[in-house]
Amino acid sequence: MARKMKIRAWDNGKSTSIKAIIFHPMETGLRKDKQTGKLIPGHYITEVNCEHNGKNILTCLWGPGVSKNPFLAFNFNGAKKGDTVKISWVDNQGGKGGSSSKIS
Amino acid sequence: MDTSRRIILKATMAAGTLAVAAGANLLTPGTVLAAWPAQAFKTKNIDVAMDNLTGKGRPTESADIKVDAPDIAENGAVVSVKVTTTLPKVESISIYVPVNAFPLSASYILSSQMEASISGRIKMAKTADIVAVVKSNGKLYTAKKGVKVTLGGCGG
Repeated sequence: MARKMKIRAWDNGKSTSIKAIIFHPMETGLRKDKQTGKLIPGHYITEVNCEHNGKNILTCLWGPGVSKNPFLAFNFNGAKKGDTVKISWVDNQGGKGGSSSKIS
Repeated sequence: MDTSRRIILKATMAAGTLAVAAGANLLTPGTVLAAWPAQAFKTKNIDVAMDNLTGKGRPTESADIKVDAPDIAENGAVVSVKVTTTLPKVESISIYVPVNAFPLSASYILSSQMEASISGRIKMAKTADIVAVVKSNGKLYTAKKGVKVTLGGCGG
């Protein structure tokens, strides 16, 4: 499983819009493997941290009820074009990833 | 004579370490504001989830919260939901699906820079309400939206 994500940040005229998608299985731990009949262990993102120029703007606490390849969109104030937005995540199996983008 | 070379070497090594540290930092949350509330996420009881996430207080209904979700979701594994509120000083937005095995789906902790609106995608086991709980100025408010699910998205 390639651990990747996409992030877009742009000035919408009034504030800054962020759209991000993280490629992650978000396995609930309740599903059974159809061939073996065994439960597939839960594997999901627990925490996502969004930063603007190094300052926290949003923390997402997620459980297995968030869809596969989670999508996140929000707007925030106080940023300008060229600023950096960084999003990083950790999952319940110790996996982690992240990406950053300049506001366009 | 040799010292300048030493200094340069030292400097490069230090810079290298810094770059590695910065690289590692990119992959971990820089500031962890709250520990992941495992008890709230792992319980099958929505009341226990609320107790563990936002305390004993129960939210009051509010017309100032809007839960945007489709009336009919063909696939319960991917239900788009957007929670927007005009309430002041929003501290957090949490999303519950009472019929799911684990009712708490997601909780968002907002800084003062944030506009009080969050979009995401959640799973729904069957037709039910999506319940949003907003913490505004220290108080809890709630709103919900019914979604008809034609194909469940949890397990199977």
